Amino acid sequence: MRHIISILMENESGALSRVAGLFSARGYNIESLTVAPTEDPSLSRMTLVTRGNEEIIEQITKQLNKLIDVVKLIDLAESFHIERELMMIKIRTTGEMRDEIRSMADIFRGNIIDVTPTTYIVEMTGPSEKLDAFIAAIEPDSIIEVVRSGPTGISRGEKGLHL
Amino acid sequence: MELSGAQILVQSLIDEGVEYIFGYPGGAVLHLYDALFQQDELKHILVRHEQGATHAADGYARATGKPGVVLVTSGPGATNAVTGIATAYMDSIPMVIISGQVSLPVIGSDAFQEVDMIGITRPCVKHNYLVKDVTKLAETIKKAFYVATTGRPGPVVVDIPKDITAPHIKVPYKYPKKVSIRSYNPVVSGHKGQIKKAVDLLLSAQKPIIYSGGGVVLGEASKELTEFTHALGYPITSTLMGLGAYPATDKQFVGMLGMHGTYEANMAMHESDVIIAIGARFDDRVTGKLDLFCPYAKIIHIDVDPASISKTVRVDIPIVGDVKPVLEQMLELIKENPKKPNKKSLELWWHQIGQWQAVNCLEFDRESPLIKPQYVIEQLYEVTKGNAYVTSDVGQHQMWAAQYYPFDKPRRWINSGGLGTMGFGLPAAIGVKLAFPDADVACVTGEASIQMCIQELSTALQYKTPVKIINLNNRYMGMVRQWQEFSYESRYSHSYMDTIPEFVKLAEAYGHVGMRIDKPEEVRPALEAAFAMKDRTVFLDIMTDRTENVYPMIEAGKGHHDMKLRVALGTSTDRELA
Repeated sequence: MRHIISILMENESGALSRVAGLFSARGYNIESLTVAPTEDPSLSRMTLVTRGNEEIIEQITKQLNKLIDVVKLIDLAESFHIERELMMIKIRTTGEMRDEIRSMADIFRGNIIDVTPTTYIVEMTGPSEKLDAFIAAIEPDSIIEVVRSGPTGISRGEKGLHL
Repeated sequence: MELSGAQILVQSLIDEGVEYIFGYPGGAVLHLYDALFQQDELKHILVRHEQGATHAADGYARATGKPGVVLVTSGPGATNAVTGIATAYMDSIPMVIISGQVSLPVIGSDAFQEVDMIGITRPCVKHNYLVKDVTKLAETIKKAFYVATTGRPGPVVVDIPKDITAPHIKVPYKYPKKVSIRSYNPVVSGHKGQIKKAVDLLLSAQKPIIYSGGGVVLGEASKELTEFTHALGYPITSTLMGLGAYPATDKQFVGMLGMHGTYEANMAMHESDVIIAIGARFDDRVTGKLDLFCPYAKIIHIDVDPASISKTVRVDIPIVGDVKPVLEQMLELIKENPKKPNKKSLELWWHQIGQWQAVNCLEFDRESPLIKPQYVIEQLYEVTKGNAYVTSDVGQHQMWAAQYYPFDKPRRWINSGGLGTMGFGLPAAIGVKLAFPDADVACVTGEASIQMCIQELSTALQYKTPVKIINLNNRYMGMVRQWQEFSYESRYSHSYMDTIPEFVKLAEAYGHVGMRIDKPEEVRPALEAAFAMKDRTVFLDIMTDRTENVYPMIEAGKGHHDMKLRVALGTSTDRELA
């Protein structure tokens, strides 16, 4: 099962490698990982997507908690939450394609953020499945490059991951 | 008070109460060594190889409960220390390892003697620090000791670039009395509801067993464990790491469990209906095949490390907390509880255990004309009256020491259980002897293991640490040979050395006493003579039966109830070896 783990950790050099090293050393897989400082510059927030059965996820969260730099973590998949991923996709667009891509971007609520005589770059955020759907709707040969941030997430309501 | 980085380090260690530091100098730590030279509170033990420094500090830590401290230079000094750091990590031993590093401006440039010590040690330390600012040095040292010694203990590396210790840069020094780390708050007391549930389950058990581990030694909970066990009247077994936490000569003790544990301990585990694991971690050498592990039992597990709980074996009642306060709470609940252990079922259970004990699984051939290694350990026990600190290396001799030297006190049995590091025994013995100069310290080893850190014989002479080396010399890497005999049709691939040194001469060359013992009747007098030489390190090179195997044994892929027992006494001696 897919889990999305949000980690609040000390914003110190080496903290990221401790998390990544833990996953490789114990044979857990990381599907995606995003990390950036929070409003408190001494803390970083990491969002990590992984897969595994209940026992494995339990071990992952325990082992992560054991890292000295990890302040707190939650498994977002356990409760109501919102996930967003950012994608930028560069598409070869000539002739009729240009209108087609523009309306497609509109349908998916994406923005065209760069235009050249032969290409568009479309920016889009949303749940990962939406981004997958957009990619699937485009002629594969016309895709020059896809950049995705990996999902980040936040729990709904009053609950929050903070000190 | 304004001090240089090097002086800050030395003063911090003194203020932390450190007595000994085990190390080896080199380029990146020259400022530190200069600061060490100019004081005489902190005693430095110069080893002959950095691996020896880590094992000696480790032995000191295991025997005293205080953190072991190591100082090594950058590059090869640091990498040589890694085996010892990993050894301490696997057995949760508190240590602080100071490693020199190249100067900050050249880090990352492949400078002379540069390695990424933080990166290399990351998977085998509890935590590590790279010091980038001399004003943070004292606080970092304090944090290192705090992390190393609290919660589940472990080694902490502090990597210090050379320019941080430069003599001309002086900053105000104050050693913090206390530190707190917002992201690190080890749990101490257990959950009351869970403890109550556990006591209820324990008191309703028909075939209970207590399975205690190294956490009881580390958690200084020996007294509490003993009271708890006596109050219940239940059988108790121990892991290799837990030996001594409960007196082995007590009648409730059924011996060690696991791969080379006793028949009765393993059978009792297999048949039990309630197990309470205390500071033990269900290691694969203890459980055997997981699918077959304790099929009828409900399991209670007390551990300070939540990640140890339900890691390999699912438990029914987990209790996260220090074993000592948790056992105290449990004992109180047991005493208060009107319900008492069921006398009748306990009687039947002990009767059943008695039948397993009657198998006499540790018996060996006492008529053999050859020296049986088990006999040597029994004699060692008698000569030292069970009071010695016994360190060991890794292999058959380690198992025999664990099986035939009943430890009644914690911290007396000092061995590398988790990592299984050959070469551990001798430097560890030196560390123990420094901590307890008046105690008998024996290093039980074999001719293969001892050669992995034999250079430390020189350290033993320099610092006058008279230990007794009991070398069970069977001219084989015995444990490897045993597995090859059982699982590889006796193809003894490279488990034999053609050129074993004359250890007597070698010991003498290092300035010690060497003795060679060839006959069973010489064993006892030789041991007595060796321990009578209070101020000499004695190397007893004991020629043992080459074909002896460690029994009983749970072979790979089998369960506790499926032990290989010695077939018939004496047969191993007659076997022809290829």
